[in-house]
Amino acid sequence: MTDATALSPFALLAALFILVLAAFVGYEVVSKVPTMLHTPLMSGSNAVHGVVVVGAMFVTATAVGGVGLLLAVLGIFLGTVNVVGGFVVTDRMLEMFRRRPGSDGKGDK
Amino acid sequence: MTGLQVLTYLVWLVAGVTFIFALKFLASPKTARTGNLVGAAGMVLVVAWTLIFHDLNNPNETPGLLANWWVLVVGGGIGAIAGLVGARRVPMTAMPQMVALFNGAGGGAAAVVAISEFLRDVGSKAPGAELFPLPFMVATLLGAVIGGVSLTGSIVAFGKLQGFIAARPVTYPAQRVVSFTLLGAILVLGVVLALATNNVALFWLFVVLSLIAGVQVVMPIGGADMPVVISLLNSYTGIAVAATGFVLSSYALLIGGTLVGASGAILTQLMCKAMNRSLFNVLFGAFGTGGGVMHVGAEGEQTAREISAEDAAVLMAYGKKVIIVPGYGMAVAQAQGPVRELMDLLLAKGVDVEFAIHPVAGRMPGHMNVLLAEANVPYERLKEMDEINDEFAGTDVALVIGANDVTNPSARTDESSPIYGMPILNVDAAQNVVVLKRSMAAGFAGIPNPLYSEPQTAMLFGDAKASVQALVAGVKAA
Repeated sequence: MTDATALSPFALLAALFILVLAAFVGYEVVSKVPTMLHTPLMSGSNAVHGVVVVGAMFVTATAVGGVGLLLAVLGIFLGTVNVVGGFVVTDRMLEMFRRRPGSDGKGDK
Repeated sequence: MTGLQVLTYLVWLVAGVTFIFALKFLASPKTARTGNLVGAAGMVLVVAWTLIFHDLNNPNETPGLLANWWVLVVGGGIGAIAGLVGARRVPMTAMPQMVALFNGAGGGAAAVVAISEFLRDVGSKAPGAELFPLPFMVATLLGAVIGGVSLTGSIVAFGKLQGFIAARPVTYPAQRVVSFTLLGAILVLGVVLALATNNVALFWLFVVLSLIAGVQVVMPIGGADMPVVISLLNSYTGIAVAATGFVLSSYALLIGGTLVGASGAILTQLMCKAMNRSLFNVLFGAFGTGGGVMHVGAEGEQTAREISAEDAAVLMAYGKKVIIVPGYGMAVAQAQGPVRELMDLLLAKGVDVEFAIHPVAGRMPGHMNVLLAEANVPYERLKEMDEINDEFAGTDVALVIGANDVTNPSARTDESSPIYGMPILNVDAAQNVVVLKRSMAAGFAGIPNPLYSEPQTAMLFGDAKASVQALVAGVKAA
């Protein structure tokens, strides 16, 4: 558990670098996704921000008192719904795209 | 820095890279599923690592189970079951609202993390001690407000699509004044909390106002625009998660959140472009109210030619080329299975069949692709708008199944139409247009469609599924 209140200027700058560069990577990568996959993209990227559950774990490790623990349970619950639901639903959608053409039997014109 | 600390950073790096691959592999349907699994593997890795090693400040830490681990069992157990059941059970037609719900959960989690960090640090601060450093407070407040807006906004979006809340824009007098006052109050409170005082009561007020703001902002937006809202809120959750990554200085959160923040932003932009509307117009236009610029009522004066399923089937069976234009009507009627059957029969008769997919057909971009893929329609037959628009001219029958606004020619011709300028599918160029529709009612956006009174257009009224099944029977008999 890092205490951000005591962050060094260097660590802050490093975080800022990561933020800006990751934003560009996200923009570039998503620009290449075809329209037909935009629904899985929305749900797949939704799953990725489920990484917030790790943040909830850090919170849990240092939680104290009734309110603290209650918030920890809530955070873990919400984060888990996000990450588990997100990946599973995306997988379900993408599974359908995997069925190869021709699996419909008679194929072409 | 100890070896374990270095390893932690490396685990974050690996997780961040898997997240990038999860998005990058979505560039092709062939690799997309693998990418998603890679992302999930990265997620498992970073969660497992955090479970045993989580105290970055303590160089002497020995790996051990996270304190309060029972919280993970309880919260994580229930959460995993809820997520699994939701994800497995949801019908493909209800996918947009399911994604909204999962997204809201993520936003809520981010808000909870930000709130917890603030409360814990306030608790351990000596009374009268100086304020928290500005970067910490800014990131905490951003995480709380954006996460909170995303949570309640997503729930409203879910309610609208699921039918729990009226899908039409819910507006009242002075709504914008209330919205802007609310946002102004949040901003002022945020500045006060960051610069003047770390008061806990004010912080809670800030959180509550954020939650109200999510409801306030999404309520006036019509159901037809919900996909844009969900995409935008997805981006918001990403930003909120990145902010908590700042607070916790966890680079895994920072990378994951930022990637999604950026990708959600570009997706939102693409969707607005496909509808030829600005994001501002989507958020504040109360589109589809039937008031103002809209000329509803003209619909009643429209005359349309009706056609029987048998006649329509003959038209298609003896044609050379049929283009099917699916819309949300196909989704609600669950007609994708019969549609695929129709395609197979026509192909067997030597008719060329293709699908024309408008970028915003359905309730999410790509929604139709998912549904048709579910029904085993090979994705090579699905053509995007730009690819297929010139082909309508050489087409015998354009079969419009439950799509409306995306085929509305007034987007090309009628400058007073609210959708003027929106790129549409040129179905009216086909020799015959057969429109499967429930009734003559206007579409989701409440705009009359002059296509229906054109001479080459014939209407086949009824439930989309029943109509397509009748067409299937007709083609078999032909």
